[in-house]
Amino acid sequence: MSAIKKDSGFGVAHIILFFSIAILVIVVAVPVLLILFNAFFVNGHFNSRDFYNVLMQPETYAALKNSLIIASCTTIGSTIIGTFFAWLVTRTDLPYKGFMKGVFLVPFMLPSFIGALAWKMLLSPNAGFINKFLMSTFHLTEPVFNIYNYFGISMVEVMYLFPFVFIQVCGALERMDPTLEESARISGAGLLTITRKITIPLVMPSILSGALLIMLYSMAHFGTVAVLGVENGIYNIPTLIYERIHQSGGSFEAIRTGTVLATVLVVSAAVIIWAQHKILGKGHYQIIGGKSFRPMELKLRGLRYPLLAFCIFYIAFTIVLPTVVIFLVGGLKTYGLAFTLENLSLDNYKYILTEYTVTKDAIFNSISLGLAAAVITMFAGVMISYVIVKMKVRGKGILEFLGMLPFSVPGSVIALGVILAWSGQFGINLYNTVWIILVAYIARYMAFSLKSNSAALEQVHDSLMEASRSCGATMWQSLKDIVIPLVRPGMLASFFLIFLPALRELTVSIMLYSPTTRTIGVAIYTLNEDGETVMSAALAGIALIIIVTGQTIINRITKKVGE
Amino acid sequence: MSYIRLVNVTKRFGDVTAVNNLNLEIGKGECFSMLGPSGCGKTTTLRMVSGFEDLSDGEVWVGDRLLSSPKKHHYVPPENRNFGMVFQAFAVWPHMSVYENVAFPLRIRKLPKAEIEQRTTDALRSTNLLQAAEDSPDSLSGGGKQRVALARALAINPDVMLLDEPLSSLDPHLREEMRFEIKDLQRKYGFSIIYVTHDQSEAMALSDRILVMKAGVVQQIDTPLNVYNRPTNRFVFSFIGLSNFMDAVRKDGKLYIKGDSRPLPDSLKPQEALNGEETISLASRPSEIEFTGASDPSGVQGLVTRKAFLGEIVDYQIKIGDQTLRVQLGRRDAAHDTDEVCHLRFLRPSWYGLGE
Repeated sequence: MSAIKKDSGFGVAHIILFFSIAILVIVVAVPVLLILFNAFFVNGHFNSRDFYNVLMQPETYAALKNSLIIASCTTIGSTIIGTFFAWLVTRTDLPYKGFMKGVFLVPFMLPSFIGALAWKMLLSPNAGFINKFLMSTFHLTEPVFNIYNYFGISMVEVMYLFPFVFIQVCGALERMDPTLEESARISGAGLLTITRKITIPLVMPSILSGALLIMLYSMAHFGTVAVLGVENGIYNIPTLIYERIHQSGGSFEAIRTGTVLATVLVVSAAVIIWAQHKILGKGHYQIIGGKSFRPMELKLRGLRYPLLAFCIFYIAFTIVLPTVVIFLVGGLKTYGLAFTLENLSLDNYKYILTEYTVTKDAIFNSISLGLAAAVITMFAGVMISYVIVKMKVRGKGILEFLGMLPFSVPGSVIALGVILAWSGQFGINLYNTVWIILVAYIARYMAFSLKSNSAALEQVHDSLMEASRSCGATMWQSLKDIVIPLVRPGMLASFFLIFLPALRELTVSIMLYSPTTRTIGVAIYTLNEDGETVMSAALAGIALIIIVTGQTIINRITKKVGE
Repeated sequence: MSYIRLVNVTKRFGDVTAVNNLNLEIGKGECFSMLGPSGCGKTTTLRMVSGFEDLSDGEVWVGDRLLSSPKKHHYVPPENRNFGMVFQAFAVWPHMSVYENVAFPLRIRKLPKAEIEQRTTDALRSTNLLQAAEDSPDSLSGGGKQRVALARALAINPDVMLLDEPLSSLDPHLREEMRFEIKDLQRKYGFSIIYVTHDQSEAMALSDRILVMKAGVVQQIDTPLNVYNRPTNRFVFSFIGLSNFMDAVRKDGKLYIKGDSRPLPDSLKPQEALNGEETISLASRPSEIEFTGASDPSGVQGLVTRKAFLGEIVDYQIKIGDQTLRVQLGRRDAAHDTDEVCHLRFLRPSWYGLGE
């Protein structure tokens, strides 16, 4: 008999590891490195002074400041609103709590730049419907509201970002062992003291982690600022990068400014991610309990219905009103007409779906890009997560580090990075094609896929794989017959987590589109910029329908899989 | 002298009656256990005493203080009841040190600083936690965490201590140790204990009296010894200790184990109350059956179908008619092997109707 074959899995394991590293290097690491290189090296020489000079230019400095101000306001606002609503639906006797909880998650579905468009129509100083209505009703000469400022931008971002905190805090409050609060109560503490001294400190890590997520998102967020800020000269980092690259057609100066700003984004994102890990790592209390009784509910008494009314008003104001405005404007013959029956029709919707090439192409592009990105990223994500979570091979450390990267690289950075990497400098020129957008989408959404797939894989105990191997199955067979079926829900989740956001993507696509490769987001944005407000609104309306339908289907499917 | 009184206490969740018309009196300094399978209403009862669950009907009194009475619209919230309570999942606060956990109820009561320090230190000393005072409770083992919970409950020097399965999250060895610690603390501080558990040996070891509950209805309230030796019904018999039940049928004025052709000896006679029933149940404990000779008139013949050597004891499975029973004997009395015919004598047989 032959001796025991050593390292029988050598070939397979290392091929998988190699591919995993290659994917992350090509898709994420190279673009980021190119950005850092271009930011710090001038003519092949290290030059940090120049980096500093670019930062200190008035426009770049202002963009940095704006990003920080808007992100801070948005974070504070969203955290307060998100925590308050989460507490309301989990710890009080608010009527229709379950339903309200679902409703508060709806803003997740709505792209914030579409919200921004709607709010522009409602509150812009000269043409906003609310302003016009108030001015004509009360015979005012000055508009009442102006949305083109920090407050307006932050307000709109809060409306669509607060679910990040809401969902985290709800989860923490629901999972929290009720006896932690009950033992404080039996110790003699009243409900307010318990909320202050026990409940809030225990869910603080979740609150902070949600807040940091919003900070990260808002710093690098393009749409809302592009719609509401730019008109008034308020640029943040992503809008300035776009402005520079777009105007100059990719001149050296523009690229330099872009890379310097992108570096700032990468660094702040890294700091935020690091802080989040620190908070979650240190403060992640074991607060999940054994047997579960219903947690205590604060009796709102007289405030029950007023608070319910407040919630309903909030939803009507932030979700229903903007959505209705989008659909109404989309039905107008010309922007500026009154919303009367003879001015409204479905013609615009018919036109953009069947005749207008720009929008027809955009819808086709977005759907095919979304599908392709979702499928590719889903499979790549499974493979990479598998190596990180399950395999014991040398060189895994590199992959773990690379696997962290997608989480901390904001969209505009990825867009700039793929321009640097795929515009011919390295022999492949994808610029102005749909492929460069696909590459960018894969990089952008890799984090989602890694997250849900590694979560699913962690649930699959090693012994299941070992049992299959001991039954005589090869590694491939075991993967195919045991692991993949078990992680299918995670894969499915990652597919939709990528497909839906990709449908409405703006930040990345806006930097990479060419006249024939517009996506839905780009088309909505550019039509609006070109003054085609009505067409833009109609397309936004159709995008909303697609997104909501998609989300409903997903909820159905994931519910079924969950059972 | 009754101290804690539950009068006609009833709890309904929608259509389900979780606790049905419970009357209970517990003395000062008594250790009283509530025992039953999960969902029997024991925890709900404890939560009604603590005030976390309101009553659908009835009253809860401690001393001369009325705590809950839906009829009189009277309800004292848990924070004003001055009870100590320990939960199954420890429920120590991970964001406070051990010391802060224990001092919390005293700080809530706004006691003077010196007194807080004194009483916290005392409670920590009683529970052997003085060394760990400044540690985070997360650094302690399960037993350590449960000691913190105990110390926290002790700190206010409560008259009543409510324990909700406090030991079921611990490993068996630690469980036994903590059991005695709780008993010692009770002796030292003199509080009454209401103890909820589904572990009968825990209840037996700790309690002055035990309440056995099933589907919200009291089955028996008595001392551990009486509950074990004189179960009031079939459920209590089966719930406490190991048990055998064999169906027996009446034929021509004689009793037969189902499927058996030999009548039971006259010494195995059911109480007269069961005379009207066709099929009844012979209940016995595996440790209260022994082998006897073939000539013994009170013996019942059976066939050994399985024999397992468990160290100190030998566990038999024996078939009589088409019924099987377990017999546990000391090593030295294990006279038969598998497939042998044997004769059994029941030392303490009980009869129950099938309906019970």
